[in-house]
Amino acid sequence: MHSARIRTQLRRPLWRFHGGLHIPDEKGLSRNACIQDAKLPKQLILPLQQHIGAAAKPLVQVGEQVYTGQKIAEAQGYVSAPVHASSSGTVVAIEKHPIPHPSGLSAPCICIETDGKDTWGERPPELLDYRNLDPSEIRARIRWAGVVGMGGAAFPTSVKLNPGSDQNIHTLIVNGAECEPYITCDDRLMREQAGRILQGVRILRYLLDVKRCLIGVEDNKPEALEALRLALAESDLKGHTEIVSIPTLYPSGGEKQLIKILTGKEVPSHGIPAQIGIVCQNVGTVAAIADAVLEGKPLISRIVTLTGRGIAQPQNFSVRIGTPFSDLLEQAGGLRSEGAKLIIGGPMMGFVIQDPRVPVTKATNCLLALTPEESPDPDPPRPCIRCGACMAVCPMNLLPQQLYWYARAKDLDKVQDYHLFDCIECGCCALVCPSHIPLVHYYRYAKTESWAREQEKRKAEHARRRHEAKEARLAKLEAERKAKLRKKKAALAKQGTGAAEDPKKAAIEAAKRRVAEKKAARAKQGVVPKNTRNLNPAQQRQIEAAEARRQPMRSETQRERE
Amino acid sequence: MLVAILAITALATVFGLLLGYSAQRFHVEGDPIADQVEALLPQTQCGQCGYPGCKPYAEAIVKEDEAINKCVPGGEATMLAIADLLGREPMALAEDAEKPKAVAVIDEQECIGCTLCLQACPVDAIVGAAKQLHSVIASECTGCELCLKPCPVECIHMVPIEEEVTHWKWPYPVRESLADAA
Ligand code: SF4
Ligand code: SF4
Ligand code: SF4
Ligand code: SF4
Ligand code: SF4
Repeated sequence: MHSARIRTQLRRPLWRFHGGLHIPDEKGLSRNACIQDAKLPKQLILPLQQHIGAAAKPLVQVGEQVYTGQKIAEAQGYVSAPVHASSSGTVVAIEKHPIPHPSGLSAPCICIETDGKDTWGERPPELLDYRNLDPSEIRARIRWAGVVGMGGAAFPTSVKLNPGSDQNIHTLIVNGAECEPYITCDDRLMREQAGRILQGVRILRYLLDVKRCLIGVEDNKPEALEALRLALAESDLKGHTEIVSIPTLYPSGGEKQLIKILTGKEVPSHGIPAQIGIVCQNVGTVAAIADAVLEGKPLISRIVTLTGRGIAQPQNFSVRIGTPFSDLLEQAGGLRSEGAKLIIGGPMMGFVIQDPRVPVTKATNCLLALTPEESPDPDPPRPCIRCGACMAVCPMNLLPQQLYWYARAKDLDKVQDYHLFDCIECGCCALVCPSHIPLVHYYRYAKTESWAREQEKRKAEHARRRHEAKEARLAKLEAERKAKLRKKKAALAKQGTGAAEDPKKAAIEAAKRRVAEKKAARAKQGVVPKNTRNLNPAQQRQIEAAEARRQPMRSETQRERE
Repeated sequence: MLVAILAITALATVFGLLLGYSAQRFHVEGDPIADQVEALLPQTQCGQCGYPGCKPYAEAIVKEDEAINKCVPGGEATMLAIADLLGREPMALAEDAEKPKAVAVIDEQECIGCTLCLQACPVDAIVGAAKQLHSVIASECTGCELCLKPCPVECIHMVPIEEEVTHWKWPYPVRESLADAA
């Protein structure tokens, strides 16, 4: 009945993806907290790699004064993104610092001590008349602004917006589903800044030259839907842009799932949406695009939700990128209990962190502090009973139990035959597994292990080529040496000296003879070396020292001869 | 009946000759299976398997039925890959601890430039010339340790490669042991 209502209201049929789960959305904790500007932190920590692709290269030095919005690290290569100073201050370090990553490891970061003035540096011009510009110029601006996918994937947006001229892109999908439990940052953005999102949509429509745009929002966010509809009614986008309310079902915010829901189309396995004429962008990313193009503002802040029952006052903050999470925790009233588990991202796809001093990056949308009651330690896993529950809920239509079976056996070829790399790590399978098997952990293990093996294989191949090159070089040298020897032997044999069986000795003998002959000839003319006669003691010492220095060299040449 | 026998004999002769000819004409150097095994070995050329390099070890596995668990740098992954290729039973590793990856570093204060390490390195990862300071190109070094022994002043050390976020791997889930026990 529910979906029937949607259908009549919007005259748009919706499709359903395979599987999925209804899980408590827990958004009530923070959904009514307005976006607050977080305080400027004393220190900003800006990782050089906040995106998929190559890490950026620093453009500043320790001790340098930087201004808000100044580019402080340059993109390296096509799939990469620059980093900008998110407030003014002094660069105090360029060094490794813990970053939000499941490994808990550190990575190179630029640390800025803020001066509190937040003085803007020079900004590029506002491109208000972008309709007169070539799409590549708009893309260049988006690239300059360091915009990356803000829904969590962190793929450089300018690359995603350049699908190639051979792809006929007809549909832009803006992802406002926000299907993960707890998270409310996109909800707040849509409710409070719907106009900004639509401005971004207008830019993207021109840039991609698409016929239609669909903004998908789960129906558990009625205010967001309303705000978007109101903003749309006032804009000139009505004819080709639609706000679509979709049924709440995890993970409808997955890119491939949302495309299926809105268009009924399947993105091919290992493929990207552009192959079926679709480009998908998160609402936050679209708003950042509007800032970059219309205001010349790089991506230096984002909205972050702090929630969970472990946090005193759940909040939605507008935060400068690089702000330590510990600062935000303080502003949200701190932790309620000691034993809270800190998770970056949502409870389904996020990861646990130990150190709250890690900074907010372009792709971190949420910090959860879950009490032990909210997130109890999982029961010990039991053997798989082949119940098939995991298969029934998998939104990618995979066979999770087969994937598990081969990942567990470390059979990385077989696990890929079962489309391991199509798994979006949504966690549905692990949530329903009656045997409490940490299925997603197995898939993550298998994925990273496969990548590492691939890399090792390439390295081994490289080493083998170098080894063979060395062998070949040595063989060539040996052959040359032998050839020389043969020549000498032949030459000596011609001369008919008796020492032909040892060419080296013969050569030495010949050299000695030549010297002796020369000496004799000189002696005849009365020329004798004079510089070794009547030496004073100092000269004698010098000669002895030189001899001593030469000694090891001689023994070495001797060794080499041997 | 006779015709049939004759025909079969004639056919057998023709095919026999053909096979014999092609065996000679299309003879391949080396053993293709050994090559496939070699492709699975890490090419560190360290000799820890007891053979002078990866290729001899690969040949020994194929021709002399050598155990498949002797490659130390390759570890379990390589053993499993060979087991898979040859259809042999996987076996426990000879040495249970897989060594962390490392690269050689030359102490530049002490190097006397004797070139001995350079000659020992199987992949030409060391640069230098006689009486010059030598150094290791870290990106080419496979960590085989073959340069350590020849150095007369013991100035080469193995330094473990620091774990990087970009190379980090999710560990194999350990709680599985509980599942096996249950
Ligand atoms: S985590 Fe992967 S295998 Fe499991 S349900 Fe999600 S997509 Fe399917
Ligand atoms: S849900 Fe768990 S127990 Fe059931 S088939 Fe999947 S992995 Fe096995
Ligand atoms: S132990 Fe492995 S890497 Fe070392 S030589 Fe033998 S096969 Fe090659
Ligand atoms: S430098 Fe030493 S450890 Fe590195 S590959 Fe060469 S011989 Fe092996
Ligand atoms: S063997 Fe040792 S001393 Fe000789 S060149 Fe190499 S590092 Fe230097």
